[in-house]
Amino acid sequence: MKDRGLPARISCGPEGSNMQYGFVTIYWRDMIRFVRFKTLLISSLLQPALWLAFFGIAMASNFDAMMAGMPVPAGIHSVGYLTFMAAGIIAMTTLFTSLFGGIVILFDKNWGLMREILASPVGRNHIIVGIALSGVTKSFIQALIIMGFGVLIGAAFFAGYAPLQIVIGILGILAFVALFALGFLFLSAAIAISMESPEGLQGVMTLLTMPIFFASNALYPIDSFPEILRVISLYNPMTMLINGIRYFAIGPDFYALGHHYAFTQMDIALSFLGLVVFSVIMFVLAWWRFRKAVVT
Amino acid sequence: MVQPGPAGDDPIILVENLEHTYGNFKAVDGISFAVKRGEIFSFLGPNGAGKSTAINILITLLTIQKGRAVVAGYDVATEPQRVRESIGIVFQDITLDRDMTVWEQLEFHGRLYDMPVKDRRDRIEELLKLVQLEAKRNELTKRLSGGMKRRLEIARGLMTRPTVLFLDEPTIGLDPQTRMRMWEYIKGVNREGTTIFLTTHYMDEADQLSDRISIIDHGKIIISGTSGELKNTLGRDLIHLETDNNEKAITLLEHLPSVREITVRDTLIVLMVNEDGTRVLPGIIDTLRDAGIEISSINLKKPSMDDVFVFYTGKDIRDEGQGPARPHFLRAGGK
Ligand SMILES: Nc1ncnc2c1ncn2[C@@H]1O[C@H](COP(=O)(O)OP(=O)(O)OP(=O)(O)O)[C@@H](O)[C@H]1O
Ligand SMILES: [Mg+2]
Repeated sequence: MKDRGLPARISCGPEGSNMQYGFVTIYWRDMIRFVRFKTLLISSLLQPALWLAFFGIAMASNFDAMMAGMPVPAGIHSVGYLTFMAAGIIAMTTLFTSLFGGIVILFDKNWGLMREILASPVGRNHIIVGIALSGVTKSFIQALIIMGFGVLIGAAFFAGYAPLQIVIGILGILAFVALFALGFLFLSAAIAISMESPEGLQGVMTLLTMPIFFASNALYPIDSFPEILRVISLYNPMTMLINGIRYFAIGPDFYALGHHYAFTQMDIALSFLGLVVFSVIMFVLAWWRFRKAVVT
Repeated sequence: MVQPGPAGDDPIILVENLEHTYGNFKAVDGISFAVKRGEIFSFLGPNGAGKSTAINILITLLTIQKGRAVVAGYDVATEPQRVRESIGIVFQDITLDRDMTVWEQLEFHGRLYDMPVKDRRDRIEELLKLVQLEAKRNELTKRLSGGMKRRLEIARGLMTRPTVLFLDEPTIGLDPQTRMRMWEYIKGVNREGTTIFLTTHYMDEADQLSDRISIIDHGKIIISGTSGELKNTLGRDLIHLETDNNEKAITLLEHLPSVREITVRDTLIVLMVNEDGTRVLPGIIDTLRDAGIEISSINLKKPSMDDVFVFYTGKDIRDEGQGPARPHFLRAGGK
């Protein structure tokens, strides 16, 4: 074809070299919105702290009193309920933030920038990745705040750890949080691009959060669940995340709520792998939905 | 780099037998056209003609269903990414983020198109000046007036210097001075080598800006040409007549050799004449007077784009929700 040799006449670098960093632009813009809405920002940071302060302390006083008489096997490190559930709160917050992280896509689609973005040279996978990375950033901030606040009000995270161990512990937790958040952000993006109205989206998200949150070991042990629920919980990404957080924050071997928790490195590696598989599947789902999406 | 190729025969947009169906409604019904490199080309058509649908296919937002479209040398079906790298677009309706500032929207756009930092910052300043939003640069978009939002969108569309710039009714909702200024700038961008594809309802806009115009209605291109060519299709002059007996007047005037076609708009008879109207007029007046028909008004003018538009789309008629495009068309012939 005679026209094939045309230079791509946007004022940018040579053809093909551009647009590898399109996701950074999407990320930048989503973070602008994140810091712009001050009340939303503050409430999103305050909410997990409030959970921890009220639910955590209230339940802890109950459970710890109930457990007080029970014998703890000798030589095992025992932790209180607050410490136990703080990991669950980190996971819960990550779940909420991530599931709702894709909502901007729906708003953009209906009233905003989506057409501009889709008509630009930025690839559709960059949109997914950009939104996902900003969601992960938000989850990191929240996780760090919960950890800090938790320790402040008495959660025994990183108890007796050397500074280097603490750093490793935090990095480990963030790695788990990142994978989990990515998975649910991809899912959220996939749903958002497929939906017509924010109300519908809200409904689907709420429907999803309930089983994911309660069929997990966030607030209580899953060992005594009915068999089928126990299996579901075992394969719930939420449980995998919480295993990882507890492993890095409390240790591989501890006693809580009358249960003995012991994680081998293999267990943790499997949980991690499970989250990798989960987020890869969700990415493929989102990618497929975005490829099919028509926005005019 | 922009290579301002001369406006030549080299088509920068090539569309062949393009069709698009929503459900079972055919919005674009087999259109073919070519836009030459360096041209300003317009789609002029009434609401629902299929203009935006055609644009959405060309900018790859809608998947092409039938036919072929090549933009800047790339087939929209097989190389949509390349097409997107070569184009810019101002959408018909607002696509701004209410919660970003004026400056941020432009910066975001520059980044989307991977403009180097300095280029995009310079361009932003230049455009803020053009659309007179300098004082609003840090204002959230939701606090702008409707026309300011439109100006911001146009500024955004002009950030890059694409091979082809699509403008879907760009100046809708702008005050007259701003429209004029936009036209000048758009012409300037065009002179720098960007081919412009425009849709509009404004006859004067199509007339003033475009090198060539296609009139489109019901998903079909009815006629294409320069504005001069289109006007010439209506003959040399138009005579508007009002009489006390239009029907009789028409039967009489039909037979005059100088009258090419007659159409009726409401109470107005419109004669298209092939010759200089001032020379035809006395004959017409005599004919009607001899037949005892009273002329209440008479008016001679050159065909305008409005006349062309109304003639080819019958728009004034269709807006009343009736029948085919040209029901008041009476006669073609009388060479
Ligand atoms: N997403 C859609 N689904 C179904 N029908 C559509 C859709 N978009 C447009 N149409 C129909 O296709 C036809 C052409 O619409 P289009 O938007 O292309 O017209 P247009 O020429 O741009 O009109 P206007 O001047 O009003 O912008 C209209 O009858 C419209 O109702
Ligand atoms: Mg339109």
